[in-house]
Amino acid sequence: MLAINNIEVVYDRVILVLKGVSMDVGEGTITTLLGANGAGKTTTLKAISGVLRSERGEVTKGAVQLGDKRIDGMRAHDVTRMGLVQVFEGRRVFENLTTEENLIAGGHVQTAGAVKQGIDLVYSYFPRLKERSTQVSGYLSGGEQQMLAIGRALMSRPRVVLLDEPSLGLAPMLVEEIFGIVSRLVKQERLSVLLVEQNATMALAVADHGYVMENGRIVLEGPADKLRDNSDIKEFYLGLNEGGARKSYRDTKHYKRRKRWLS
Amino acid sequence: MSEDLEFAFALLLSGASIGLMYSLIALGFVLVYKATDAINFAQGEFVMLAGMIVVTVLGAEAPLIAAIVVVLLVMIGFGFGLEKVVLRPLLGRPVVAVIMATIGVAAVLRGLSPLVLGIETRALPLPIGDEPIAIGPASLPPIQVLGAVVAILFFIVFSWFFKKSRMGIAMRAVADNQQVAQAMGINVERYFAIAWAMAGIVSALGGVVWGAMLGVDVQLALVGLKVFPVVILGGLDSIGGALVGGLIIGIVESLAAGYLDPYVGGGTKDFAPYVLMILVLMIRPYGIFGRRQIERV
Repeated sequence: MLAINNIEVVYDRVILVLKGVSMDVGEGTITTLLGANGAGKTTTLKAISGVLRSERGEVTKGAVQLGDKRIDGMRAHDVTRMGLVQVFEGRRVFENLTTEENLIAGGHVQTAGAVKQGIDLVYSYFPRLKERSTQVSGYLSGGEQQMLAIGRALMSRPRVVLLDEPSLGLAPMLVEEIFGIVSRLVKQERLSVLLVEQNATMALAVADHGYVMENGRIVLEGPADKLRDNSDIKEFYLGLNEGGARKSYRDTKHYKRRKRWLS
Repeated sequence: MSEDLEFAFALLLSGASIGLMYSLIALGFVLVYKATDAINFAQGEFVMLAGMIVVTVLGAEAPLIAAIVVVLLVMIGFGFGLEKVVLRPLLGRPVVAVIMATIGVAAVLRGLSPLVLGIETRALPLPIGDEPIAIGPASLPPIQVLGAVVAILFFIVFSWFFKKSRMGIAMRAVADNQQVAQAMGINVERYFAIAWAMAGIVSALGGVVWGAMLGVDVQLALVGLKVFPVVILGGLDSIGGALVGGLIIGIVESLAAGYLDPYVGGGTKDFAPYVLMILVLMIRPYGIFGRRQIERV
């Protein structure tokens, strides 16, 4: 559905942030992109959705394909029109608009009739938003704002959704609820999701396929269940030791494991 | 009613109607600031330009209605053009760059006006007569009544537009967060242009009513200076604030002229609004209805 082919991203014409990244997101699946802070995950998403331009970044090499159309170099609002939408890290709802107005703004590329249907659809997946429909969204709770950010993205009736750290700053219960809804959306609406997460345990539990990114490169990829069993992933992202038990602080102190992909 | 009360009522009424006419001009400023975060120092010059266009068309023996249609179309085009030529290249630059650009535009417009029209003040006659219209114990010149009515109509239309129409909601989304708005499929640059065109529409009507009241010459641009106390008081980004701010400034001016001028020999009307503006800046810098950054605790 979404294919990223060896893209390079340069900021301010000098800073090379992505150094040849390739990924595939299959239709109706969740693909996750893991990595530490500053690895280039968010930049990857912004390169795909086209908002990179407003931050003085540029895709200098490679291609991004949505279905059979090339979308790299297109402007962000045109990319959304093509059926790909990004949900930003940190929720970023339109704070001065009400919940419902946020949804209407999210459906900007759709016809008036489709917006009405879209609102009903979003409320059916996120009933809590319906209760809050006339409230100014800046005052919603963090979980509700995250739901609104996802719901708002759905309003454009996308085929591909880029989800940037939906678990950020949310209670574990809420994280589980939101991931549950995302999984249902993928199955029932045949969405394709590219999920960026710090919470690797959660991400690998819902994803079908995963990539690991470090320093602007993909260093590891594979089906999510394989990645869960990979000893490097366990060590560095899941915080488990080889036996699968929770790692204790003493182990890290005495022995620092070397990442195998670095050699 | 005693004579004192009647005097006060007359001052209030006249202040309110002038205030509504200030609001009309301030509305153009607010529309641009709300959508694009640009501070338009040329708002008064927009009004002057509109007035000039109207007297020019009327001077060619055209009927008033034709002049109004022409001024609306030209000012819409002017708004679009200005955004495209002057402001779009400045996107992403510091706010100061945009402010300086609008000051430059203002200077150019003020310089062009005597070139095109000469330095004489031209009258802009409207077919509404000048028999004062009695309202209660006081009365108002018809042009002030017309100005107030036009202003109120505009406020009703724009309030509806921003609350109910999808375009208006998209515009508020752009004002809220440009990057996210873009990612929702909203063409941000197009909405910037629309905001400037809307400022053009407001200025066109402002030019007609203010031009009819004061006559059209370079001095007409000075009404733009009154925009600042109005929007500081009401809140830079609030449509309702422009309305209330305009009313308050108009009334303060009128009361100052009526009650203070006799003691100091006149002129308080011209600076009273600015005193109020400075007070507001000290007490409530975002204005009465301005947007405070929402902070969840």
